[in-house]
Amino acid sequence: MDAATATSNTGIGLSVSGLRKSYQGTEVLCGLDLEVQPGELFVIMGPSGSGKTVLLKHLIGLETADAGEILLAGEPVQAPGVLDRLRVAMVFQSGALLSSLTVAENVGLYLSEHRLKPPAEIQRIVAEKLALVGLEGTEAKMPAELSGGMRKRAALARALVIDPQLIFYDEPTSELDPMIAVTIGGEILRLNRRMGVTSVVVTHDRELGFGIAHRMALIAGGTILAMGTPEEIRQSDDPTVRRFLSASYDFDDTKGPTHEKHA
Amino acid sequence: MFQDAGEILMLLWRTLRSLPRTWRQRRKVFEQLFEIGNASLLMACVLALFIGGVLALQTGPVLAERGLGGFVGQVVGLSLCRELAPVMMAILIAGRIGSAMAAEIGSMTVYQEVDALRTMNINPVHYLVLPRLVAICVALPVLVVVAILVGWLGGALVAFLNYQVAISFEGFFGSLRDGVDLLDILNGLSKSAAFALVIGTVSCHQGLATIGGPRGIGRSVTKAVVNSIVLILILDYFLTRMLMQLD
Repeated sequence: MDAATATSNTGIGLSVSGLRKSYQGTEVLCGLDLEVQPGELFVIMGPSGSGKTVLLKHLIGLETADAGEILLAGEPVQAPGVLDRLRVAMVFQSGALLSSLTVAENVGLYLSEHRLKPPAEIQRIVAEKLALVGLEGTEAKMPAELSGGMRKRAALARALVIDPQLIFYDEPTSELDPMIAVTIGGEILRLNRRMGVTSVVVTHDRELGFGIAHRMALIAGGTILAMGTPEEIRQSDDPTVRRFLSASYDFDDTKGPTHEKHA
Repeated sequence: MFQDAGEILMLLWRTLRSLPRTWRQRRKVFEQLFEIGNASLLMACVLALFIGGVLALQTGPVLAERGLGGFVGQVVGLSLCRELAPVMMAILIAGRIGSAMAAEIGSMTVYQEVDALRTMNINPVHYLVLPRLVAICVALPVLVVVAILVGWLGGALVAFLNYQVAISFEGFFGSLRDGVDLLDILNGLSKSAAFALVIGTVSCHQGLATIGGPRGIGRSVTKAVVNSIVLILILDYFLTRMLMQLD
């Protein structure tokens, strides 16, 4: 991710074909195919344990697939130098801020470690990105002093410092109260619109998914059950998709709870 | 086991290859040096004082009985700088610093901080392993020098105070000067540098290989300490043989 030479904010495309992965004989990804267009906000949704996070780890090059291919801007993600050339960022479920560094050091880590800017410039960029996610004045705080929502927003600021062409979000609203979840969802949408960055959001939060997605895929048991615009997904006939979409807290004493039954 | 050994050697090789980056990581190296010194110096001194003392206590009366009391300084001096100080300090550092390294990196692995580094194209070997390995390779030989000096002092004190030995400080250090030369100290220091490589690499490898939650971190810490100590003792035998042949 050579940010020194990076000037363009244009998002890049992502293509996955025949992706397979097994752990100790259990197939977690069973031949996934999907395509994300440059600048698109694509949501991957599915119940817990459906293989969403494993898929995400493959997309960012943290795991190697048993079979299949992942192309970022037409280049295989595992090819040497691809992730050096392309600016790809990820916002982890837990934030994954380095606990031994302050918020400012965390946010500016990419620039300082790669020596892309002088310290004063890094300080300015960090303040700017923190302000962008509503965390002004938190530079000197340690991650342990932040709330869950603030940690996620700090992680978002850290991702933005890379000036990404493609950004992955892993369960961005999990463990957050509804108000902060909406704020984070709004941030994701705003960044996608303002910067043209391709965004891939992995979540089991239906409201978030349908609220922000241009297109979405619903996965369960390591396969894609439905893919399309939110409207197309709503009209899917697949029984698992229907169950996932209709699960609610609307308890009826005569029928019992209408909770989701995972495939 | 063989897979672990292979991974440890690979990690060592990758860290040694990244040595030219040490200057860039100097801040973290100094932080680690401070951590190691701060955590171990006092304990190292106490340990060395009593090891020197007990060595004089064990050997002094036996030698004195045979009219060889004048050699206590040599025996204590040589044992400390060639064997006891490097091995005991290595075991102390494996327990005190190796465990901390494995716990810290293990927790970073479990809580996805290492993955976050990778996604920012920051190599965890350069960022986490290199500063720790360099710091421990500098700190352990320094601690060994301190331990040798304090150990000699402990030996001299016991040799002087114990009525069965009753050798003056001048007598003790005079004998020590006759029997110990710079090569003996260098011998111990070279061993301690090798032990430092073992502790640093094994502990960082265990940290990076951590899986699971807090229980996984605990397992990694235990494995890091136990494996380091076992490897130190095995390596000590072979290094001693090699150095004896070089002598």
